[in-house]
Amino acid sequence: MTTVTTGQAQQYAKPLPRATPDSEPYWQHLKEHRLHIQRCTGCGKFRMYPRPMCDQCYSFEHEWVPASGKGTIYSWGVVHQPVHPAWREEFPFAIVEVELEEGVRLRATMVDVPSEQLSIGMPVEIVYDDVTDEVTLPRFRRAL
Amino acid sequence: MTHPLRDKVAVVGIGETRYSKNSGVSDLTLQLQGFKLACDDAGLDPKKIDGIVAMTLGACSEDYMTNFGIPDVRFAARPEMGGASPVASLQLAAAVLDAGICNYVLTIVGRNQRSGQRLGGGMGVAPPQFKVVAEHEMPMGVFIPAQWYAPMARRHMHEYGTTFEQFAAVSVTQRYHASLNDNAMMRDLITVEDHHHSRWVVDPFRLLDCCLETDGVAAVILARADRAKDMRHPPVYVSGVAEGHPESPMSITQRKEMTVFGVTKAAPRAFAMAGVGPKDIDVAGLYDCFTFTVINQLEDIGFCGKGEGGPMVESGATRLGGSLPVNTHGGLLSQGHVQGMNHICEATRQLRGTAGASQVKDAEVALLSGYGDYGDGSVAILRR
Repeated sequence: MTTVTTGQAQQYAKPLPRATPDSEPYWQHLKEHRLHIQRCTGCGKFRMYPRPMCDQCYSFEHEWVPASGKGTIYSWGVVHQPVHPAWREEFPFAIVEVELEEGVRLRATMVDVPSEQLSIGMPVEIVYDDVTDEVTLPRFRRAL
Repeated sequence: MTHPLRDKVAVVGIGETRYSKNSGVSDLTLQLQGFKLACDDAGLDPKKIDGIVAMTLGACSEDYMTNFGIPDVRFAARPEMGGASPVASLQLAAAVLDAGICNYVLTIVGRNQRSGQRLGGGMGVAPPQFKVVAEHEMPMGVFIPAQWYAPMARRHMHEYGTTFEQFAAVSVTQRYHASLNDNAMMRDLITVEDHHHSRWVVDPFRLLDCCLETDGVAAVILARADRAKDMRHPPVYVSGVAEGHPESPMSITQRKEMTVFGVTKAAPRAFAMAGVGPKDIDVAGLYDCFTFTVINQLEDIGFCGKGEGGPMVESGATRLGGSLPVNTHGGLLSQGHVQGMNHICEATRQLRGTAGASQVKDAEVALLSGYGDYGDGSVAILRR
């Protein structure tokens, strides 16, 4: 398991996710450095982002199942000008769309790959970024 | 069977303030000016307006009622489809006018989007359809449309071989159109090299791939066809109109096919309602928040096959004199950004025959598209 820490708890100035009752387990798992994805108990369909019901069978029953954390880059963009002041020292930075092995995607940032080395289909794997004592964000690195 | 709403309502008034970087007046003053301009064009006392569609980030219907002393508004609505809202509001107007709920619907958008609150400063309280992105993607640094859509554009380049030269072709073409327009913010001609040398905003979007930020307001008034015949200008009929929402409407990230927009659903409905097809369109106003969205919508609306939008814009087909002139006013890229209400105004001028230097000769049928939020789409077909 890989951890990076980009935030200093006292100084973290970027927006933090506000968990909802439906997404709270997702963030709690990340805090424990585990990526879990919702899967419908009724029909087995994975879904992302977290929400109450399955759009295929309408079941509200679901389980949180461990995901491999591995996937490939589906697409990306490179941000060249700051929008939020907290990113002022970091741009340019790439925002990647990662397609996980389970079929759902995450939009996140990379920790180790310069944007000019990104390519569609590049294998990546999750790393856990403890940005505060309470919040861990998913990020990605080149798969080993 | 003829669609029951085909040609039942018409655009009877259009109004646009100057488009600028700094209007020098308050948001509300600008909005009231736009409202009044549309009424003047229609030859209507503002007090006669009894239906109002006001957009997100603008004044509310009550502002207009209050300031114009409108005595009896019977219909007020506020669509939440971002840039797809103005064209979608034509569908709302057609339905309520045909139903006899009211007589004149005024649909309006705009504010001091450049000198006032800019998008890059954050949007304050996110509208409800943004909540998933606010939770999961804002913490990654994703805030603005250029960031939302850049991965779609790159995916299009990957799947179909779309090039930066083709993005540039959209930008250069529309700047040429804007150069002919007295009320365009950017009128100096540009080249493909200028496009390539403009700075990156969010790769693959350069500055000249991105729409303007504009102080300005545009408004359109619609009435039933029977009433429209006796008004100041010849009626421009709403022959077909539809909206369409993409798969995974709250998250582009989770969309299976990232380059398929809501207009893929709206376009066939609008064409069927109007009883025409892509080949019948004389002039088009396509939502151009980015050069890429023009290319993608040419495909999704059916003007060319999937993946052929890039070659189509590069061929010159979308330039004045081409087979399908697109955004003959300069669009959001070069005229000004009022969420495409300016496209409706321009289509109306084209069909009235009053588009001046940008007039498409004998234009009879125009198509408009809207694109907003995470891929919402709307399509309207107007005819004279």
